[in-house]
Formats: sequence, C-alpha cells, structure tokens
Amino acid sequence: MNWKLYFSTSVGKKIQMALTGLFLIVFLIVHCYVNAQIFYNDNGVRFTEAAHFMGTNFLIRATEIGLFGFLILHIVQGLSLYFANNSKRPSRYAVSAGNATSKWYSRSMALLGTLILLFLVMHLYKFWAPNRWSQLSTGHELDLYAAMREEFQIMWVVGVYLFGCFSLAWHLVHGFYSAFQTLGLGMHRYKGMIKAVGVGFSIIVPLIFAAMPIAFHFHIIN
Amino acid sequence: MALNSKIPAGPLDSKWKNYKATCKLVNPANKRSLEVIVVGTGLAGASAAASLGEMGYKVKAFCFQDSPRRAHSIAAQGGINAAKNYQNDGDSTYRLFYDTIKGGDYRAREGNVHRLAEVSANIIDQCVAQGVPFAREYGGLLSNRSFGGTQVQRTFYAAGQTGQQLLIGAYQGLERQVAAGTVQMYSRHEMLEVVTIDGKARGIIARNLVTGELERHFGHAVLLCTGGYGNVFYLSTNAMGSNVTAAWKAHRKGAFFGNPCFTQIHPTCIPVTGDHQSKLTLMSESLRNDGRIWVPKAKGDNRKPTDIPEEERDYYLERRYPAFGNLVPRDVASRAAKERCDAGYGVGSSKMAVYLDFASAIERYGKVESNKQGKPNASKAEIIAMGKDVVKEKYGNLFDMYAKITGENPYEVPMRIYPAVHYTMGGLWVDYELMTTVPGLYALGEANFSDHGANRLGASALMQGLADGYFVIPYTIGNYLADDIRTKSIPTDHPAFVAAEKEVSERINRLMNIKGKQSVESFHKRLGKIMWDKCGMGRNEKGLKEAIEEIKALRKEFYADVRIPGEIIGFNPELDKAGRVADFLELGELMCIDALHRNESCGGHFREEYQEEDGEARRQDDKYMYVASWEFKGDSQYELHKESLDYEVVHPSTRSYK
Amino acid sequence: MQHYTMNLTLKVWRQKNSKSQGAFETFQVKDISSEMSFLEMIDVLNEQLVSEGKEPIAFDHDCREGICGMCSMYINGRAHGPWHETTTCQLHMREYKNGDTIVIEPWRASAFPVIKDLAVDRTAFDRIIAAGGYISVNTGNAVDANCLPVEKQQADDAFAAATCIGCGACVAACPNASAMLFVSAKVSHLALLPQGEPERKKRVVNMISQMDTEGFGSCTNIGACEAECPKGISLENIARLNREYIGSMLSGSATGV
Repeated sequence: MNWKLYFSTSVGKKIQMALTGLFLIVFLIVHCYVNAQIFYNDNGVRFTEAAHFMGTNFLIRATEIGLFGFLILHIVQGLSLYFANNSKRPSRYAVSAGNATSKWYSRSMALLGTLILLFLVMHLYKFWAPNRWSQLSTGHELDLYAAMREEFQIMWVVGVYLFGCFSLAWHLVHGFYSAFQTLGLGMHRYKGMIKAVGVGFSIIVPLIFAAMPIAFHFHIIN
Repeated sequence: MALNSKIPAGPLDSKWKNYKATCKLVNPANKRSLEVIVVGTGLAGASAAASLGEMGYKVKAFCFQDSPRRAHSIAAQGGINAAKNYQNDGDSTYRLFYDTIKGGDYRAREGNVHRLAEVSANIIDQCVAQGVPFAREYGGLLSNRSFGGTQVQRTFYAAGQTGQQLLIGAYQGLERQVAAGTVQMYSRHEMLEVVTIDGKARGIIARNLVTGELERHFGHAVLLCTGGYGNVFYLSTNAMGSNVTAAWKAHRKGAFFGNPCFTQIHPTCIPVTGDHQSKLTLMSESLRNDGRIWVPKAKGDNRKPTDIPEEERDYYLERRYPAFGNLVPRDVASRAAKERCDAGYGVGSSKMAVYLDFASAIERYGKVESNKQGKPNASKAEIIAMGKDVVKEKYGNLFDMYAKITGENPYEVPMRIYPAVHYTMGGLWVDYELMTTVPGLYALGEANFSDHGANRLGASALMQGLADGYFVIPYTIGNYLADDIRTKSIPTDHPAFVAAEKEVSERINRLMNIKGKQSVESFHKRLGKIMWDKCGMGRNEKGLKEAIEEIKALRKEFYADVRIPGEIIGFNPELDKAGRVADFLELGELMCIDALHRNESCGGHFREEYQEEDGEARRQDDKYMYVASWEFKGDSQYELHKESLDYEVVHPSTRSYK
Repeated sequence: MQHYTMNLTLKVWRQKNSKSQGAFETFQVKDISSEMSFLEMIDVLNEQLVSEGKEPIAFDHDCREGICGMCSMYINGRAHGPWHETTTCQLHMREYKNGDTIVIEPWRASAFPVIKDLAVDRTAFDRIIAAGGYISVNTGNAVDANCLPVEKQQADDAFAAATCIGCGACVAACPNASAMLFVSAKVSHLALLPQGEPERKKRVVNMISQMDTEGFGSCTNIGACEAECPKGISLENIARLNREYIGSMLSGSATGV
C-alpha cells in the first residue's frame, strides 16, 4: 500500500491532523517566545529585533510557507472530517449524553477551530499581511510594536484577542493530548504525563498571548 | 430399526486412530463441489463451519442471532478441560475419559468419550494458536484450575468468560472463511425444516427473520449444531433465544431423540426473585473452589446471615460428602440444596435459596497474603481487606455480576444461590460419526445426546463442542460424502423442497390465524412451571403422568388461544418465539415420557422412588444401562429404541463422593 | 435492600423498518418491581401491548447476562443506560423511581441501520472481523500450546482487549459514530500475542479500510466510547491501533487494499 493510501484512511487523516497540529504547537511556542519580548518593556527594541529576524531570515521565511501549508491542511482536513463524521448519524438522538461521557471541548474541536480561524483572519489582516505587503512593495518592515500599541487601545480588538486566546486554550486542551494519542503514545504509562503537560501548555501559552493586548491596553507596557 | 452406533472395533485407545486411518477421504477438487449446511454457530457450529471451509467444502452457515459471535456458548464461564497434564498431577487421557464416564453415571458410550479425551489436548493447541487468551502463569505458560468431580487440575480458563474467548476464536476462524468465500453466512435466519430426498438429508428450509421470507437451501449434508433445549423449563441459564426447533424438526423427520429427560440442574445460580423473572444467571462452578455452602441449622431462621454464629450453621455438603465437600458434581450439589429448602431450611425472602459464603476464604487468603507481604501481625481488619483483594482478583467479575443483579455486596454478605436448569445431556441420537438416524444429517455439540451420559462434568461442554466441530466431523463427514461425489447439487425447485416449504408455510399460517387471547410468553411460562415442578430436580411416576396430561392440554389450549401480533412478512420476534414454544410443547411431553420410563435414578435424572435411605440416587444397571432413543411416530406417539451400553474397560459402580 | 414498585412513562422509538421514518411513542407501565432488570420491564410492556392487540416493541436481546452483546438500547441519552460497565440487560430497575420518564432509542449510526424499533443491523462488525480480525491457522496446524510462552502482562492485556462483546455501544456513544474502539480491541488482542505477529501489519490496515467502507465515522479521541463500553475496553487500545497503523505505514510491508 502506498503512502497516499495510508494517509487517506480515517486513521491516516487523523495522523495528518496530529502531525500538522503538533507543527502548529511548535509554531505557537516560537511565536509566543518572539512576542513575549515586548515584556522587556524596552519600547519594543528586543521585540523588533526578533521580529526582524523572523521576517527576513530565509529559513524562517521558507518554513513560513510550510506553516501556511500545514495550517490550511489542518483546517481543510479538520472541517472535512467534521462534516464527514456528522453525516454518519443522520438521525440524531432525542436525548444526548452531554457531558456525562465526554468533555464539551473534545466534542467542539471544529467549533473552537473555526473560532480560532475567524480570529486568525483578523489577526493576519491587522499585522502579518500589511507587514509582508510593505516588505514586498517597499522593502521595509512596518513597526509592529507601534502597530500593536495602537490596535490594542481599541476595546473590541482586545476583546476579540482574548476570545481568540480562550478558544485556543480549549482547542489545545484536547488537541495536545489528542495528537499524542493519535501517534500512539496514549498508553497508561505516558497518558498522565501527556495530559498534564498538555493542560499546562494550554494554560500558559494562551495566557501569555492574552497578556499582550491587556498589557498594552492598560499601559502596563509602553 | 436397530440402532447401529458404528463404534470401531479394536481396543479402546486405538478405535479413533484406526477410524482415522481407514475412513474414506474426499479429494480437494471434489470437496469444492460438495455443499454442507451448518445450522448454529456456537462452539460446535462455528468450529465445524470454519474447519470444513478450510478443507474446501462449500459451506452455508446459519444462526438466528444477528451475528454468529452471539451464540450461547459465549456465556460459558468456568473453563475447558483437556488432558494435557501440564500440572504433572497424574492426569492422562484415560483419567479424563474415566472421570467423564463416572461423572455421567455410566450412561455414556466408552468409544465416544475416549475419543473426546484424546482430542481434548489438540483443542487447547488449536485455540492458543488462534489467539485465545487463556490465563497464564508468570512464566508465560498456561494456567489450570480444578473443577467439580475431578481430582486433578485440568481446566483451562480465561477469567470467568472462557466460553466467550473460545467462541470468538472459532468465530474469527469462521469469518476468515467467509472472507475467503468458502463459507456463506446467514445470520438472523432460523432453520424450520429439514429437506430429505430419497431418505437422505439434502437441505433445509430457513426463515429470514428480518424479512419473514422462507428460503430453500441445498446441502449434500446438514449439520445441526443448535445447542440444548433447557428453555423448555422457561427459566434456565440459557439465552432467551435458545430453542429446540431445529433438533425437533429433525426429530419429526426421522432423527431419533436420545435420553431427552437427562437435564443438568446447575447448583449455583442466582435465585428467582418473582414472577417477572425472564431468565436465571449462573454463578460459575469455580466459586465452589473457595465458597462454602450452608443453611441455618434452625428452620425458618430469619436472622441476617452474618448474625448467625458458626455453630448454628449447617454446611450440609461438607457434612454429607466429606471427601469432595463443596466440590461434589453438579447433580449431587443441586439435589442437596433442594432437599434442605424443601425441608424448610431455605433462606432469603422466597426461602428457596442457600448461602454461598466466602467469609472463611477471604480470611484464609488474607492470612496467606499477610504472610507473603511480611505482615504476620496484621489486624483482623487488615487480613480481611487483603483477603477481599485476593478473592476479587479470582472472582471479581462474578461478584460484580451478582451485585448488579441483586443489589447486594457479596464481599460483605453471603451470596444466595439456588439450582437452575443449565444444560441438557439429552439430544438427537447420533452414532460414532455424529450422524443421526437420518443419513446425511449430523448433530454436534449440545444438540446431540452427547458424551456426558446422565450428568455432565463442569468444563466439559466447551470441550465436547469444539471436539465435535474441529476434530471429529472433518473426518467423519468425509466418510459419508466420499460416496456422494457424483451427486450434483439438487436444484431447490425439486418437489421435496417445494413440499417442505409448503409445510413450513402452513405451520406459520396456522399459528398466525389462531388469533386468540393469550400471549406466547404466558404459554411458555406455564409449560416451564409444569416441567420444573414435575420433571425437574425430583421426578416421580405420579407427577410425570400428570405432567404429560397437563402438557397435552396446554398444547391444545395453545393452538386454540395463542395471540401472535404483527405479520408474517417483516421482523416479528413474537412469531419466532411462537414457533419455538410450539416445539417445546411437544418436546416437554417426550421428556416426561422418557423420565417416566426410566425407573431408576442416575445423574441429573432423579426419580424419587429410586433412592437409598440416605437420599442418594439408586441406579438400575441391569434394566437401564442403555441409551433411550425415541422415534417420532406421530403426535404424542413415540417408539423407544434401546442402544445398550457395553462397558469393556470401565466397571460401573455406585458413584460415591463421600 | 428495600424493594419497591413504580409506575413509569416510557418514550420508545418505533420504526417499522429500515426505510420508514420513525417516531416516539409514549407508554405507561405500572407496578414495576425494583428487582426487575430493564429488559424484564420491557417484557412487561410488551405483554401489555400484546394483550391490547398491539405490536410489541422489537428489540435485540439474548443471553441477558451481559456477555452476548446483543442487547442495545440508548436509554435517556446513554448507551446501555446510566450504569458503569453494564449492558442494558444487566441494568436493573432499582435505578429508577416512581414517576420517572425514560426515553429509549436504538443505536443511531448510518452503519447500523434500524431493522425495526430498537433492533439494528450490526453485520458491519462481522465484515470488519472478516477483513482481518483473525489469525490464519487451519484446524490441525497448531503446535503444542505451551511451545510459545507469553509474558503474563501481555497475555492479560490481550485478554482485556478480547473481552469486547461487539455490542456497538462505542459506535452508539461516539459523536462521530466511529467504530474505532471495537476495531482497536481486536487489533490489540491479536497484536499483543506472538501468534498474531505474522499478520499484524496487514491486519490493522485491512480492518481500518473495512471500517471506513462500512460508513463509520473517524475517531477524534473524544473518549465517549471508553466511558460507555460495558466491558471497560480502554482508549489505550486505540493508541495501540494507531501505533500498529504507523508501524505498518513506515515499514510499508502490508499488502491489501
């Protein structure tokens, strides 16, 4: 059986979700690390330096293409699985088990993912896209630190960002563990560890992200 | 018609070897054009269908359940015997053979039983190779436990669900052949008639239980692997769907019925709680390894069991049978429980129960465990806690089941148990080749009158089912089919098929057109009560004569007043059940006739007139050392044929477990 | 244990056959004993329906001791009802009290079409087993059972996986109607034993392909299957199936599909 067939069964698609998901988790770590430079409160010097590196380094830029590829794969595959799975029970139950047998966030990955996607569209529109456009058209990067400071004065933008982080956190609580389970590491021996690290990750990373708009909005950093 | 059991000549331990060496064979090319019908997919049916499929025969397998994996073999708990002697405790083929003959109260054929003991070891090999996860020791080798009526450890087991694991092994083998195309599976199909052409079985009429349509299926031979008929008692440990229909239709078509009255009443079942009860649940015989059975010494003692002090308890099995104690064979244990309850010493709200107590086992295991863990001074509470853990590991799933059904915690209060119908040693009469008196019609497993005589030992049913299916029928069927290689498959528009289908269709129409007032279930319950009261654990001439008349009257009432809702076409479980109960109403009568004619007590058949002063069974070897084989001669008319049992090796003696 | 009787309202799914539309029908049952099993309560209702000249409720059941896997009711939103590791037939009425309303539905999944009322067609499971859920050993081919020792823990784990009764509660409970727990139990059972080794790479792929063909959903690690499994089959088996699958994918030596 060839690779294509292996990846096209239900388990194969799940492996695609796990691998792309893990890649996105790694991306989150990098992204979080770079952005957290703002907390030096040095008027964005270190942040701008890091952002410059990320925006101009050839390897990073090349990886960025992969990132988008994986992101799109994760989204398309995720949504198509959702719709496919949904069609497997055309006649719904009158009474559902609700939270008695499973966690709401585990059942709501598509919804949470879609919310993250909507947030992402806005996020890219506000920062990433103008910056790359500027790089392409003028050869200069934008001052993202200033852009952040400006954007996060707007209440609803902060609100949307916090909501995005909230969705991300719950998406990760299931997604982190689920990726490892899919890759076959869900044995009793590792399960506890993976779940604990996953929950920790799902709290810490979104919390750091959430701290950024808050910090700007309340002028904790300037 | 003289019965010919076709036991091969020669010394006992070479009969089967000689048979295999000299029986006729069918070459592979011819096998491909020979069709075999297998009805029932329990251990016997699934193993036969899989094995014959592997050999190249064209097999059609039928079961009434939604999947072959659900046949009632799945419910067997305790284990499967095999003369492997892995424990080095003196076991051998001969000992297994001897224990089975003795356990069966000398009413089984030596030749058959010896063959069973010979192939028992192969069964374990086969099952392990299939991936049956038997219990193992820390060294990675197979574990054994002991069972009633034996003094060696030869029982292989998979926790409390050996039957399930063995059936799944056979079922997987069957599905492998389904995938290979050698077996065609028909689930949710019920066999309703045997088709005979020129005196030979040539096919069946089956009803598709989903659509309600009748189907004709041809086979060069037909194998009935349809289990026992314990449900004639309404309440039994059998599954709700277990029935006698296939065997009964065969009986009416000329297959003799052997020893129909030999019924096994299992001593350790959860007692009946009320009229609503639909079935009884077995608690494995393995519990008697450690549990102690008792009743209060005083009549009508209503204290809580834990409040009754040791000296006021009557451990009646240990008292009556000091040598085997709580591990006496099933028939003996059952009768002893009935005797105590009838005498007014029963416990529980119904007073028809005895206690199965683990308190002393818990304490004993607790002490061993505390020594193992290096805590010789552990307090009593600690010892009890450790003991409970050990008992949980051994019997946890059974204790859980008891707790779910009764709502009581068996670790704290003794379980209440009472005997219940469990297995039928009787069945279609078969010769050494497992062929009934109809050529080409075979019966395997519990469906045949079998190798267990008048009483089956624990862990032997699984052994027999698999022996018949894996290791006997593949040889014996070839011996028959070798002469049939020139018989082309007969088209199902043959007049015999047409007539058989018409007969079935008329029977169904007759049932549907009664349009009376009483439900099928209510008739089944009433039949069950007659059978249990008068043809159950204790039988006597007067009761049996009454029962015969009562059953006849009930049958008449059934055909005048049963109400079957729904239609013939489509899924109609009430109609399925009606057909089965109609057959039970005939079988019940034959069982009573057989019980009445057998003026002796042996194994599961206890005639109250024939007992010793101490209540033990009294056999009459001079008069009844034979298989009672009944020929159907028309409604309520049966002719007895005797197949005498000649013991060449074993010398029948009074069975004593004292 | 205090016994009592109760009157109940039952809302039961009625559907004539796989093609027709179903709907709920409401019934009252009286004087149900707390000692009855759930199916005995349904028996009471059916006797009542027969006496009224109506068609009784069709439902699958056989052994009534929790081992055959035939019973299959979705009770108040729960596969096999509210008790942990319990089949419908082992659920007892002491769970309910006088005046309760119980909603009873069939397993719902497109791979399990309704035959009638509460009975569904689960032959898809048989076809999944036929796709590879076995060890290819013809009768008579076996070596002595003790030739191949199996580490006790491995044997115990294989047994735990093999306790699956194929009832389909995992499918019924899974929001995706996936049969992954069922398939993983069989893959695990056979992969854990040395006897299953020669076919393991092929087995997992063929069984998964068959599961997809049958129209089951895919697993998204929600875990409702494990919570509802009457035999306590663990999600660990799904992890093992995934490992088996990846192993097969990386070595690429599986044939088939």
